[in-house]
Amino acid sequence: MTTQSGTTEARADAPEGFDEITILWISEGMSCDGDTVSLTAAGQPSIEDVVLGLIPGLPRVNLVNKVLSPSLGGEDFLAPYRKAARGELEPFILVIEGSIPNQNIIEGDGYWTSFGNDPATGEPQTLNWWIDQLAPRAWAVVAAGTCATFGGIHAMAGNPTGCMGLADYLGWEFKARSGLPVVNVPGCPIQPENFMETLVWVLQHAAGTAPPPPLDHMLRPQWLFGKTVHEGCDRAAYYEQADFAKDYNSPKCQVKVGCWGPVVNCNVPKRGWMSGIGGCPNVGGICIGCTMPSFPDAFMPFMDEPPGGTLSSMVIKPYGAVIRRLRGITNDMVNHEPRWRHNKQKLTSGYNPHWRA
Amino acid sequence: MTTTDARTSGRKPAQLVDMNWDPITRIIGNLGIYTKIDFANREVVECHSTSSLFRGYSVFMKGKDPRDAGFITSRICGICGDNHTTCSNYAQQMAYGVKPPKLAEHITNLGEAAEYIFDHTIFQDNLVFVDFCEAMVKATNPGVLARAERTDAPRGDVHGYRTIAEIMKAFNPFEGEVYKEALKVSRITREMFCLMEGRHVHPSTLYPGGVGTMPQPSVFTDYLSRLMRVIDFVKKAVAMNDDVFDFFYEALPGYEEVGKRRILLGCWGAFQNPDVVDYRYATMNEWGKAMYVTPGIVVDGKLVTNNLVDINLGLRIMLGSSFYEDWVNEDPFVTHDPLGNPIDMRHPWNQTTVPVPQKRDFQGNYSWVMSPRWYHPDTGEHLALDTGGGPLARLWSTALSGLVDTPYVKATGGGIRITLPKGEKLPETTLEWRIPKWSNTLERDRARPYFIAYAAAMALQFLEEAMGMLQSGDTKVFENFEVPDESIGCGFHEAVRGVLSHHLVIRDKKIANYHPYPPTPWNASPRDIYGTPGPYEDAVMGQPIFEENGPDDFKGVDIMRTVRSFDPCLPCGVHMYMGKGKTLSTVHSPTYGANHG
Repeated sequence: MTTQSGTTEARADAPEGFDEITILWISEGMSCDGDTVSLTAAGQPSIEDVVLGLIPGLPRVNLVNKVLSPSLGGEDFLAPYRKAARGELEPFILVIEGSIPNQNIIEGDGYWTSFGNDPATGEPQTLNWWIDQLAPRAWAVVAAGTCATFGGIHAMAGNPTGCMGLADYLGWEFKARSGLPVVNVPGCPIQPENFMETLVWVLQHAAGTAPPPPLDHMLRPQWLFGKTVHEGCDRAAYYEQADFAKDYNSPKCQVKVGCWGPVVNCNVPKRGWMSGIGGCPNVGGICIGCTMPSFPDAFMPFMDEPPGGTLSSMVIKPYGAVIRRLRGITNDMVNHEPRWRHNKQKLTSGYNPHWRA
Repeated sequence: MTTTDARTSGRKPAQLVDMNWDPITRIIGNLGIYTKIDFANREVVECHSTSSLFRGYSVFMKGKDPRDAGFITSRICGICGDNHTTCSNYAQQMAYGVKPPKLAEHITNLGEAAEYIFDHTIFQDNLVFVDFCEAMVKATNPGVLARAERTDAPRGDVHGYRTIAEIMKAFNPFEGEVYKEALKVSRITREMFCLMEGRHVHPSTLYPGGVGTMPQPSVFTDYLSRLMRVIDFVKKAVAMNDDVFDFFYEALPGYEEVGKRRILLGCWGAFQNPDVVDYRYATMNEWGKAMYVTPGIVVDGKLVTNNLVDINLGLRIMLGSSFYEDWVNEDPFVTHDPLGNPIDMRHPWNQTTVPVPQKRDFQGNYSWVMSPRWYHPDTGEHLALDTGGGPLARLWSTALSGLVDTPYVKATGGGIRITLPKGEKLPETTLEWRIPKWSNTLERDRARPYFIAYAAAMALQFLEEAMGMLQSGDTKVFENFEVPDESIGCGFHEAVRGVLSHHLVIRDKKIANYHPYPPTPWNASPRDIYGTPGPYEDAVMGQPIFEENGPDDFKGVDIMRTVRSFDPCLPCGVHMYMGKGKTLSTVHSPTYGANHG
């Protein structure tokens, strides 16, 4: 089972790797399938690159995902999931997409969302049953998108399903067979490259060519979610100069028209959405905190100024106003060419051929 | 698998087999299709469609700030969320009495055009066409594949493939040339989308009152250069699709019966005309007809109406096989529309969602999708309209109205003429989609690449107009507004897979009622109170089976082609469900579907 990867030499300090691994993707949480769709937007690397073995240092990957599966569906499609649930398919990475419903609030034997049928009864098989069967057997467990990581939109106040994130369900101390906790990649939806990069790292770890990916206290990849939106936003300079947009017509900082960028962990303005294109506040869309554990409730109503923004923008006003004026003066100055650039009959540049230091 | 010898149907003695596919792959969301197939007479005799997912948007949106609706409802769907945001903003703009600046409309139209191009491409080439690819045809109709190898592709000069089989091979998943190219094209077109709407699939720059997109020349230049990079792919896609579908009619005589149903098509219109639209209900018929995809209801090939007010008044949300309690005894939210027309209790404005958990019973209640119908005032019928997967209804409705007349797209009454400019390899090309004889699986699929061309052509016009405004110094993209204490609004739009309407009621500046009606409830609905089946069921029931495999290794490809031709998107199908499983079934009826395999 644990043979060395065929494509790379195992590193001395890494565990022996797998040369083949299956990804069992379930988007039957309460989801919109937006994370699967986002995954297909990634170009660095693309999902077909991974599946076709074009990325060095990875095991051979068998991807099982409902949206992309060439199978016609039903039992034919479910076969690998059933095999894994019986413990006959190893190793596999379980990817969950969508919020996890709370079964315990239902009186009796209800269910909120299902994935295929229970062969014994012909009744829909709950998502929770699948997670209970598959998570303990999985080599790694990945939560794709804010619904699966923290509950997301469907877990907002007033929701009737009591839904939550995968780590809330499995327990934050859960460890997969690899020793990895749930790997959380939030985003509504996932930023395509953020997800693929994380998945590739987990796959390299599975191949034995990389250490485990570094995660923060909310189990997010540190290198992706360690900075705030504001720290990567190309409108942040306007903030420093206390120059705020009053409505959405403006190219300036949007903190007074609803942007939560200064306090949200996300790299999207820096990275863009696809190949560096698009994003949120950098292209005129307020940050609504969609990567955060407290999304969406802490950020609603989205189009109103965040409470903290009122204070911080007031504090920065005197400094920003002065700085902006001083910069304006300097900017005007550096917008003039020096006096010696002219077409007169005399050279005034200070040229001296006999000059010595 | 259970085999029952049932009634004879006057032909051969029926050999009925229960077959189900749950979950259905290569679609968005959670769908199960349960059929009874008569292998002796090679036809599907019964079909039920069901979905099991509950999230409860209409429930948790109550009491929230109405301006949040566009951001929240985007999350209904992971492939066309932006259609929801756009539609929600249309409804909010009506409710707030605000008209966005013209440039904002162009930017929204450009974003939506990119969405149509992207979404139809990835769905058609990477999901639908797997059912028509060499590997699948080999496994289901080896005779047809052999014939395809001998058949020259008539439009090879455009797409470059010599035989039909070569086209089919190019669509083999993850390996075929076109399959891989389509994934790349779907990325370029999503970049176009991101230029206008910030991110895909849940846009960041759309607001009620306009957009936050910065209208700089580079945004439009970047969009145009990408559009021109994919323009030849669009021309080739139309040619390849036409070749394959024409071949299917020829190789399998009678294939027109697959997925055929009565022509009952609905289209709610797309691409606002910025010069006409003001979002007032009173003028909705005028600005609806000015849209660059004309709304309309087509019954038996004839246009019943293209008035959005009529369309709105006829909406009825029916029960019959869904797990809900009726709300007709609740207090109505809206008794009359702003023009004084009475509003029915079954209209989305008045809907209250009361779930009743119960067991799935195909003889009784079996789905969490409700049954939207359109009430035909002249005949009194509650019509189970379908969207033809989106493109078929859009093209048909637009063609019959004959109102769209632009430099690149022209509705001719009998069809639509689309002109695409010169690309890297292919010259300027004029395509003509003609109204087909049938509303069936192949025509639903055939319409899709034509609509990609339509959207690409319209994008060129929006670009020219937007650039013109920019160059004349008109750069306003957002109009401020106040949220009123009490108001109602409705938005009509085309999601990628068809009709989309949002209905909103505001009280005390908060959402009192909000009901989105996307295409999938229309298409995937179960039998209603009158016993009328929903479009998937109706289209599959009675369809012949052409697959060469018998019951033991039956794949059901003809059925799957039919279901996928509607472009199912189930997250949109179910807003509210609270189901109960059961501890243990007694001997369950065969209609539960045998679990083969």
